Parts: sequence; C-alpha cells; structure tokens
Amino acid sequence: MEFGFTTAAYVVAAVLFILSLGGLSGQESAKRAVWYGIVGMALAVFATLTGPGMGLWMLSVVLIVAGGIIGYMLASKVEMTQMPELVAGMHALVGLAAVFVGYNAHIEIVRVMAMDDTARKALEGFAALIAKKSSVEISILRVELFLGVFIGAITFTGSVIAYGKLSGRVTSAATKLPGGHMLNAAAAVISAVTLVMYMNSGDMLPLVIMTVAALFIGYHLIMGIGGADMPVVVSMLNSYSGWAAAAIGFSLGNDLLIVVGALVGSSGAILSYIMCKAMNRSFVSVILGGFGGAAGPAMEVEGEQVAIEADAVAAALNDADSVVIIPGYGMAVAQAQQAVSELTKRLRAKGKNVRFAIHPVAGRLPGHMNVLLAEAKVPYDIVLEMDEINDDFPETDVSIVIGSNDIVNPAAQEDPNSPIAGMPVLECWKSKQVFVSKRGQGTGYSGIENPLFYKENTRMFYGDAKDSLNKLLTMID
Amino acid sequence: MKIGTPKEVFEGEARVAMTPDSALQLQKLGHECYVESGAGAMAGFSDAAYENAGVSVVKTAAALWKEVDIVAKVRPPSDTEAKRMQKGQTLISFFYPAQNEEQMALLAKKGSTVIAMDMVPRISRAQKMDALSSMANIAGYRAVIEAGNNFGRFFTGQVTAAGKMPPAKVLVVGAGVAGLAAIGTSVSLGAVTYAFDVRPEVAEQVESMGAEFVYLDFEEEQQDGAATGGYAAVSSPEFREAQLAKFRELAPEVDIVITTALIPGRDAPKLWLADMIAAMKPGSVIVDLAAERGGNAEGTVMDEKVVTDNGVTIVGYTDFPSRMASQASSLYATNIRHMMTDLTPEKDGSVNHNMEDDVIRGATVAHEGDVTFPPPPPKIQAIAAKPQEKPKELTPEEKREQEIAAFKAATKQQVTLLAVGGLLTLGLGLIAPASFMQHFIVFVLSVFIGFQVIWNVSHSLHTPLMAVTNAISSIIILGALMQIGSGSMLVIILAAASVFMAGINIFGGFLVTRRMLAMFQKS
Repeated sequence: MEFGFTTAAYVVAAVLFILSLGGLSGQESAKRAVWYGIVGMALAVFATLTGPGMGLWMLSVVLIVAGGIIGYMLASKVEMTQMPELVAGMHALVGLAAVFVGYNAHIEIVRVMAMDDTARKALEGFAALIAKKSSVEISILRVELFLGVFIGAITFTGSVIAYGKLSGRVTSAATKLPGGHMLNAAAAVISAVTLVMYMNSGDMLPLVIMTVAALFIGYHLIMGIGGADMPVVVSMLNSYSGWAAAAIGFSLGNDLLIVVGALVGSSGAILSYIMCKAMNRSFVSVILGGFGGAAGPAMEVEGEQVAIEADAVAAALNDADSVVIIPGYGMAVAQAQQAVSELTKRLRAKGKNVRFAIHPVAGRLPGHMNVLLAEAKVPYDIVLEMDEINDDFPETDVSIVIGSNDIVNPAAQEDPNSPIAGMPVLECWKSKQVFVSKRGQGTGYSGIENPLFYKENTRMFYGDAKDSLNKLLTMID
Repeated sequence: MKIGTPKEVFEGEARVAMTPDSALQLQKLGHECYVESGAGAMAGFSDAAYENAGVSVVKTAAALWKEVDIVAKVRPPSDTEAKRMQKGQTLISFFYPAQNEEQMALLAKKGSTVIAMDMVPRISRAQKMDALSSMANIAGYRAVIEAGNNFGRFFTGQVTAAGKMPPAKVLVVGAGVAGLAAIGTSVSLGAVTYAFDVRPEVAEQVESMGAEFVYLDFEEEQQDGAATGGYAAVSSPEFREAQLAKFRELAPEVDIVITTALIPGRDAPKLWLADMIAAMKPGSVIVDLAAERGGNAEGTVMDEKVVTDNGVTIVGYTDFPSRMASQASSLYATNIRHMMTDLTPEKDGSVNHNMEDDVIRGATVAHEGDVTFPPPPPKIQAIAAKPQEKPKELTPEEKREQEIAAFKAATKQQVTLLAVGGLLTLGLGLIAPASFMQHFIVFVLSVFIGFQVIWNVSHSLHTPLMAVTNAISSIIILGALMQIGSGSMLVIILAAASVFMAGINIFGGFLVTRRMLAMFQKS
C-alpha cells in the first residue's frame, strides 16, 4: 500500500491516543476512552503491517497473537492489590523492547553503511530509510538510538527491581552498594564517554558498555529507594518508558512513536510531580533515596496509645452520623477492601454519611486506593481527594484510619523539626473520634513517631485489618 | 503487695475506694486485695461480692490497717486513721495537702508514703486517674437532677392539649468538668441551657455540648487558661463588674442556676449576689457546687437546702458524688486502679515508686520521711495548645501589590524559560538537519499536548492512566515491525522478541484498564 496511507493512519491513531488520555478526566468518559486507545493501537499496527517495506508479517501476527494471549491471561488473573507489580513489570517489557529495537537500528546502520550505492538502492523498509540519510543525519541517528537504548536499559532493570520490591521478592528497604550515588554518577560518566566514542567510531562495543552501565544505574537507583516512595518510582519509570519510545521514534523517523512517547513521557512526569508534591519532597530527594536529616530534635510525644476493642468501635459507629474512612497501604496488604466495602454498605444502609478520604500517595501506585475500593464495589462518588474532604473533618463524628500512617501524621503540621514537616496530610484528628486499625505499636515506613496515636480522641484498634473489620461487621446491626 | 480498703469513717460518706471489679484488675497486677467488712455496703457492694472477686474480707478496720501495705480510701484520713499508718505503708486517697499540712507532716515523719488523688497533674496521660474530674462529672450530673427535684416544672417545653409549657432555662456558671457535665445533662433533659466561663477558650466546648455560651461585651485580653494549668484565674475588677451586669440581666429569665466556679487555692468567688436572687422568679432553683468553699451564691449554706423569702431554693449540698455512691465508687476505684497500674509497671505485684514520673511525683505528698509537697511543675504543662498566631489580614493594596509581584515573577519565569528553550532550539536548528527538525517539532508539540491533557486526569484514575499509558507505550512495536523484515537473522530475532513483548503489553495493558474502569461505579 502507499506510504501516504500509513501516514494518514498514524495521524488518526495519534488523535485517538490523545483523546484516550484526555477521556480519563472522568470515570464515565474513561470507559469510552479505553476504546479510543484500543482502536488507535489496532490502526497503527495494521497500517505498519500493510505499510511499505514490510516483511515477515505472518511471523509478526503470530507473535502479536501469542503475546496477546499471555497478556490477556495476565490481565484477567491479576489481583487489584497486585496492580503496582503488574504495571512495573510491563514497564520492564517496554524498556527491554526499546533496547532491542535500538540495537537493531545499530546493526542496520552498520550493514547499510558497509554497502555500495547500487546495493543501497535495492534496499527496502527501514534499511532503505537509513540509506537515504546524509552523514550528519547518521550521527544524529546514532545519538538518538544511543539515548533510546540508555533510557530503555534503565527502565528495564529499574522496573524489574521495582517489580521485585512491590511483590516482596526484593527487600523494600532502601539498600545501596558501598559508594552509593558515586557509583551511579560513575556509570553515568561512563555512558557519556561511550556516547562520544560511539559517535566517532560507530562500533558496537561502546554501545554494549553503555548498556551495561545503564542497566546498572537502573538497578542501583531503584534499590536505593524505599517502599513508600514507590508511587514516585513507578510513575517515573512510566515516564522513562515513554521517553525511550520517543527516542527510538526519532531514530526510526517514525512520528507516531514520537507523539506517543512524548504523551506517555509527559504523563509519567506529571504523575511523579503530583506524587512528590503530595509528600512535600523534591523529585531529586526521592531519587536520592531516604529522608533528609531532621532540622532538630523531634517534638516530644505526650500521652499514650489507648487500645480499644471491637464492641466499643461498633458502639461509636452505631452512634455516629458521619464517618470518614482513610485507607492506606496496610489495607491493601491485609486484603481488607472487601470488609471495608461491606462495612460501608451497612453503615450507609443505616443512613449514615460514609465517605473515603484518599491521600495522593496512599498505597504504592498513584490512585492505588481508588482502584482497590472500586474493585470492592465502593461507589466512586463517596471516595474523595484530600483537598475535597480536609475541611470536613471537624464535622465528622468518627474517622477510621486503616493501615495508613504518615499520611495522617499531625507532626507534619505541628512539628517544624519533623522529617515530614510541611507534607500535606489528612487532618483526621480534628474529627470527634479517631480509630486507628493497625497491626501493632510501632512506626510506619518512615520510622517517624505519629502523635495522632497519642491524641486524646484517638483509640488504637490493634490487629490485622481484615480480621478486625470482620469482627466489627458482626456488631453493626 | 497487699492493698486494703477500709470502710469510710466520714459521716454520710457512702463511697468506697475498691469495687469487686477493680479488685479483679488489681489482682491481675499481682496484688492481693483486702477490704473491711461492710466497706461497700452503702455503695451496693456486699461482702459476698468482694469474696467472689477473690478479696479477703477483714472484720475490723484496725486489723485491716495492720495487715496491708497500701491503704486505698476516698476521704482524707481521720486523726485515728492517720495514727494507724505505719512506716513504709502507703496511703492513696483524696488528701487536700494545702489544707491538711499538719497531717501531712505527721505522716511524713512516720515514714509513710501519701499519694493524694487530688494532686494528680492535669496532663493527658494522667486523665485516667484524675479522680477530681471523675467526681466532678458526677457532681455536675447530680446537680441538675437535684435541681429538677426541687423545681416544680418540666425541663423540656411541650405543647399539649392541656396547654403550652415553656422549656426551663438553665444557666451554668463555670464550664469545668462539672459544668460541662451539668450542661450535657440539662441539654439532654430538654432545657434551654446557657453557660458562662471566664476562660473564653471553653466557648467551643460549651457550644459542642449544645448550650449557648454567654459572651460579655468586654474588651480585655483574657488570660489564657492554658497558662494556669487549665484552671480559671482571678479576674480583674472591671471584668467582674461586666460579668455581674450580665448575670443581673439574666437573673429574671433563668429558672435554674448551677454554679461551679472555683479558683484553685482560694475561696469560691461570689458571683450570684443577693439582688440577683431577689430578681429570680419564685420556684427557681440555685444549685451551688462551690458550697464547700463558701459558695458562689450569696446565702448558700453548706450541706443544706434553704428557701429564700421570694421562694428561690438554694441547694448547698457538698456530697453529690456520695449521693450516687455506686457509680462514684466504680469510677473512683478505676482511678485508683490506674494509679496502681502506673505504680506496678512490671505487673508483678511489686510497687516501683518512680519519683521521676511526672504523674507519680505530682501526686505524692509524703515519701520516705520527707514532705514532697508542693511538687515541681510538671515537665509538660500545656493542656490546651496555644492558639496559633493569626496571619495578618492584608489590606487590599497589599494584596494587590502581592498579586502584581506574583504576576511579575511568573512572567519573568516564563519568559526566561521560553528564551532559554527558544535559544536551545535555535542552536539545535543550526546544526541539525531539516529532517530531524521536522520530527523535533512533532515531539515538542506532543509534549505540550501531553501536559495539557494529563493535568485534567482525575486523581482517582491515576492507576488506570498508568495502565493505559503503559499499553500505548508499546507503540514501540511499530519500530520492531519495521525492522523485522529487513536485515540479518540477529535483527529478526531481536525484533521478534520485541514484537512479542510489546504484544503482551498491548493486550495486558488495555484489558487491565478496562477491568479497572468497569469497577468504578456510582452509588
């Protein structure tokens, strides 16, 4: 088919992708938006398969179908609590694919450069594209594919480690090799040096050295970031996978790749920015791992943690008119979302105003809690964002904190020396009563003491979140 | 350790410092419990109930005092009781050390330890042993009940076939623990309730209980209650005048006045004067909870009920908690039990009298031969956090100036960014060939579109957003598809692997997004 048709199909696909992302602004339009994305993708693949210079399309179709079957099985089996792992794992695939495509481009360049003019004329497809390029264009091409491979390699190992951390196969604590960020810096310098070498020689060796260095950076960077920073890490990797696609798009001269890569890259960048802002930390400090040193001694926590039993919680809930539930990663760990949903249903059936308050960084993935609650059939119009609900806490009778810690820590507002000072938090302590469902005493991920647990209107409801809530359910009549 | 509770010897005192319930808890701490025969009779706890709870019942007080290591009781010890204290023995009771110095010195000389329940510092950690509060709570409740008992009408307003009855109007003076309890009771009985306190910061608490706070038209910095440990302080004469004027205005309207105003270490302030009483309607009731310290109302007689010439009843009882002996005993026994929990941190039945502990130090008035009263100020004093400094109100001009400054800063930032970005692009254009620049335009525009579009994505859909971007970032499949047909075997293998992986991603990503979005349901 004509080249013009392929380009036209790409334009339509690009528009569909933009609409697909734009549609995610509302729950209802989002359902339509996914179809835009699917159609766009189908169109793009179809146009490429039928486009100029396409060979081995049978093999391609077989591979796509095979991959599709695996993808289908993965997607239909995955638990919603495992979403972060799935997303991280998929980023790894994109990263690796980018590396492969980059290498291919390199091999093709070498092959084409070795040919004489007559042989070049006979070329088809991608190789023909390269053949037409001038020497300046070839150097730019090298830079582009070099960048594509570099970002792709970082994305690959980074996502594999993120996957490991999220699924618990790798320790979620921040661990670094001796030398710390100096190692990363060294690897980055090696990559820069190899870029220059590659530009001059066009050999395979600098590319391979750089790939190894980039793989190391990906591994080491993410190993040094702790579990609670995962929302930032995952969205950052999301961004990288987009930039990698864009860089490859440049080297292949394919505008659709560039457009989509840029869309995905900026989407991930915005998500990372939102997550960082929600933790009141700069992007750099998250990447460098760990919390910065406190500016002074932390405020003394006065009082004691008072435990409470299920029957007393039930009594308070039976009396309450308005209830706010604040879920955190602990709810996902305990798989308690069904119990939470059941509790919500019963309380709502009694005419109580039950709402959910979601902090932007609750969970291990942006929007993680929303998906878990949606899975448990909690209606989304009672699930509110931090800014929407923070002013309502003073009129709330009972707040229930389920498996979250730092996001409800009043020290962020009250103690200027706290490591999380200035981080926006859910002000649940302003409600008349707060119940905290927690496995035991002890601090959260960040190791910061939480004065909320010592407040006069706070009661600690110890135990596994799921068991505690199920016990509670039997007492709500 | 052996803990014993004698029968209270004070005339009319019905409370008891140990209940069968609290005894069970004390035994869990490793202590043995003793009680004098008949100690709980007036509070409704029989000797048999104590025995069932594992408490040894001792016949006489003398035997009990000799037997035990720790004596827990309610009232301060009588002279006989004080004489019975031995060296090394501990007494836990109300003690009022400031008014009871002689006895304190005597007991200290003997080498006994005295823990005064009324001296427990008012910090949040010690709330569970704050017996003054738990007794004040009862007093407040009972004050309203006593008032109702002497008041010939309904609290709540009703409209019936037999006529309309207006609701009673209740004024509570002093919104401490007792005052708040009285407000709560009065409101729940249906009366229109007003409350006054010299500490303006309690207005919020008063209103949260459903009463109306009576504000004064008075311009003066009120001393913050937090500075005096949460208690009221003496007010200035001008303030007092304004306060009395307000009361005078209210006196003809209110049916029931409950006064609870006390200043630590002083006689109760006279707040409800004779002319106000004279202005009240016949049948009105005044319950004076400050009667023990002379009363807030003029004409209060301690422990008695008097009726004035114009038919106003003034109740001056001081034994409200004792009038609800069973309830009061349970609460007081629980306070004592919490004190013992803090004294036996190991739960092994041995007392560790830790004088470093703020609460224990504060409550101990005699220890190891020394008088340890008054205690040093507790390390942590704040009860109410200091009100935060209000941000200064900006004048419109200042606001405008700020806005202009912010606008200028934003413009400057944007222009700088644009200039730097533009220069870089121009520089790039000088060296890069035209074909690259074409793609570059596409790239830059896409990034812009991406930023515009993604900002509108709602927070709750961030996970589906990641899944969908994940799926479409498999657009890299196009690159692999273009390469798969051209070149060597190695290229074909690598490209095939890429196609395969991207295939997983496309299907997996879109399907999981659809699955997630299908879950979002409206209620």
